[in-house]
Formats: sequence, C-alpha cells, structure tokens
Amino acid sequence: MNYKLDFTPVIEGMPQLLLACLGTFGLALGGMALAIVIGIGGVILRDSRVAALRWLVKGFVELVRNTPFLVQIFFIYFALPLAGVRLDPTPTAIIALGINGGAYAIEIIRGGVQSIGKGQIEAGLALGLHKAQVFRLIVLKPALRAIFPSLTSQFVLLTLTTSVCSAISAYELTSVAQRIESDSFRSFEVYGTITLFYLIISWVMMRFFAAISQRYFSYPVK
Amino acid sequence: MNEAATSAAAPANAMIDMFHVEKWYGDFQALTDINLSVRKGEKIVLCGPSGSGKSTLIRCINHLEGYQKGEIRVGGTRLGDDARTIDAVRREVGMVFQHFNLFPHMTVLQNCMLAPMRSLGVGKAQAEATARELLQRVRIAEQAEKYPAQLSGGQQQRVAIARALCMKPKVMLFDEPTSALDPEMVKEVLDTMIALAEEGMTMICVTHEMGFARQVADRVIFMAGGAIVEEAPPEAFFSAPRHERTRKFLGEILQKH
Repeated sequence: MNYKLDFTPVIEGMPQLLLACLGTFGLALGGMALAIVIGIGGVILRDSRVAALRWLVKGFVELVRNTPFLVQIFFIYFALPLAGVRLDPTPTAIIALGINGGAYAIEIIRGGVQSIGKGQIEAGLALGLHKAQVFRLIVLKPALRAIFPSLTSQFVLLTLTTSVCSAISAYELTSVAQRIESDSFRSFEVYGTITLFYLIISWVMMRFFAAISQRYFSYPVK
Repeated sequence: MNEAATSAAAPANAMIDMFHVEKWYGDFQALTDINLSVRKGEKIVLCGPSGSGKSTLIRCINHLEGYQKGEIRVGGTRLGDDARTIDAVRREVGMVFQHFNLFPHMTVLQNCMLAPMRSLGVGKAQAEATARELLQRVRIAEQAEKYPAQLSGGQQQRVAIARALCMKPKVMLFDEPTSALDPEMVKEVLDTMIALAEEGMTMICVTHEMGFARQVADRVIFMAGGAIVEEAPPEAFFSAPRHERTRKFLGEILQKH
C-alpha cells in the first residue's frame, strides 16, 4: 500500500463535478417526469376496454423490465438514427430513463389503483361522475399515496441509473468524473468523491419525495 | 301511446318503475321478474335475508348493476345501456352505502362539493353554500373542514347522506345504511333519514331496522331468492304477514332486536 492520495485533480475539477451534479439532477427529474406520465397513462391503457391497448402495455412492460438499461439506451442512441430518429445524448438519456422508469411505474401504480376499494368507485359513479373523472379525482391520489414509498425507491434507483448514461456521453456526474480520471489517473480519489456525491444526491431525492408526501398525502386515514 | 300501453299501467306520478326485471350472474339468477312502482314522495323499505337480491335491486336503479331483461324507468327516463341515460339517471338518484364510501383524501366539505361542481357544473361558491346548508341539516356543519377518518361512523354516514343530497336528487337509495355502525350510532343516522322522509323525499331503503320501517315506510317489501315475496303497508306487513317465509324472517329479525 504505497499509493499516495492526491486530491489535487479532484479539487481542480470540483467546479466541473458540482456542475455535473446539476446535470445528473436534470436527467433524473426529466426521467421521473416522463416516467410518471408513462406510468399513469400506462395504467389507464392497461385496463382499457380495447384488448390491443392492453396487450401493447403488457408487452411494453415485459420488454423494458426484462432487458438491460444499457442496451435500451444504446438502441435509442445508436440504432434509432438508422431509422431516421436522431437525438442528442441528453434527450436520449431522459427518454431512456423515462421509458425504463415508466415501465416499473406502471406496475407499481397499478398495484395502488387495485388497492382502492370498489366502494370508492361506485360512490363516484353514483354521484354522476364519468369513469375518467372517478379515476382522476377519486382513485388517483389515494392510489399514489398507497404506493408512494415503492415509487420513491424506484425513483432513487432511476436517479442512480443516470450514471449509465455516461455510456453515451450524456452530461452528468459519472461522465465528467471519467474525463477527470482519464486525464489524471487518480481513480481512487475521483470515484471515491463521486460515490459520496451520489450518496448525497440520493439523500436529497429522498428528502424531496418526503416533502411531496408531506405536502400532498398527509391527510389522515384510519 | 302504444309504447306506454305495453309498458303496463304506470301511474302518472311514478318516480321509479321496474317492469319484469331479470338479472343473472352467469347461471345464477339474482333477480326474478321484479315489478315495482314507486310514486313521488313514497317511502319503501326493502327487507329480506342476505342474498335475497334486495341490494342488487336498488343497485339496478342507478345502474351500478346492469340487468338482462325487463325495463327500468326513473323519472320517466328509460334506463338503457348507454352512458347518456345512465348519467342522467345517476344525477337524479342519490345513494347511501353501507360503508359510507366517503373520499378519504377530501375534507367533508370537499366531499360534498365534488359532484355538484364536476357533474352538474355548479359554481364553487354555490356548491359550497349548498354543501354547508346540507351539512347543517344533518347537524354536522361544525365538522366541515375535517377529513372522513377523523369522524365516527355515524358522523361519516350523515356526511354521506348530505353528499348525496347536494346533487338535489329526486330519489334517495339507502343500501343498509346502518348495518356497519356501532349500535349507539344507529339512531343518529335513522333520525336523519326520518327527517328526510318527513320533508317528502322519495326513498327506497334496504334495511333491517323494523322500527324505522314501521314509522316511515308507506310500503314494506319482503324479498327472498331474488323475487318479491310480499308487499304491504307496515301495519299489515308486521301484524298479518301472508307468507310463511315472511313470518319466519320477521320472527328471526324481531327476536334479534
């Protein structure tokens, strides 16, 4: 063990690393927003009256959940341009994260929707509300409340998965760290530092979700 | 006129008419040849053993359950399978459930304002004024800002009654409104229902509260095996039931209370 720690490159690169944390947050928030939209939309289509839509959602969930994220993001970034769809690394990363997180969110949110009693839905219908209004106004919030802890851990996982987006050089913490490491060969210092950064980022995300939960889901239940 | 003639002799002031209604769950026949006409302002108590079809019957009236044969008319509207007539009927028919089914994420006031605003398009100020007035009427106005979980069962059921009344319904359906309540809370809910009856509301109540039936009902209907077995004014129903099954049922239920 005669490896001498030298944090000089890390300290010199600190402004870049801190900025890259914002990139990571940006990818994570963009991915989550898309995942929520896909999740809720998918749940609605998953129980649609049209069989083709149900199978489409089922197929989507199976495909995404049973293939590696790295392959998914490579497919979007390298294969889709051959079909004429060419995207920059950052939008690619957000879309890939959103699709991946969305597939998991569909199954999680669906569990929440199924936990809502039939009586709630009947009460809404008996009051003359349409099915869509019943879902939006009566079912959705208690359903999200029921599964919010699972959704939180899924989204923390999504946040950490942003590091895989370094594979297509999306602007985020891991890719910036890789650049500093390859210039300085200070692997231990660089990756040790960003490990700590990811820990902090996860912690911030969890606080963020706890605050949302406190704000929107704190109504009393028996 | 032809149409009306084939639809049997519906009285002019009929609020609900059921003609030869039949319903199956797969092979199981849940309702058999139900004929029932309820006049405006009439109070009906439906009773019978569990599984006799009484809940199914009232749930057909606002189409929470479909039916396969026969015809149901509510306030002159023929209840079909299309969303338009179903919604029209549901806006005129209030329902109170055994388990209250208040929305847990909304305050009492929000529970009462939701449907008038979203289903009838009433403005917020008007919806709130109506809600507060009706909460006052069920004597629970001071709980308007609380959430359902903070109320007792009896209070929740009174809120559920107010919530249904906020739609200004022409008919109220009660599906065993007191059977999930602790005994000491039954009276407050029954008193609310009696007050509503005295104001002239048309009501169909599935209940085993025979005291309520005696006091309020114009007719008591006894169901068994998915069919109407006996139908009589309360005096006659309790003092001289004609059918053996009715006598047996009354014997059991009155012994319990």
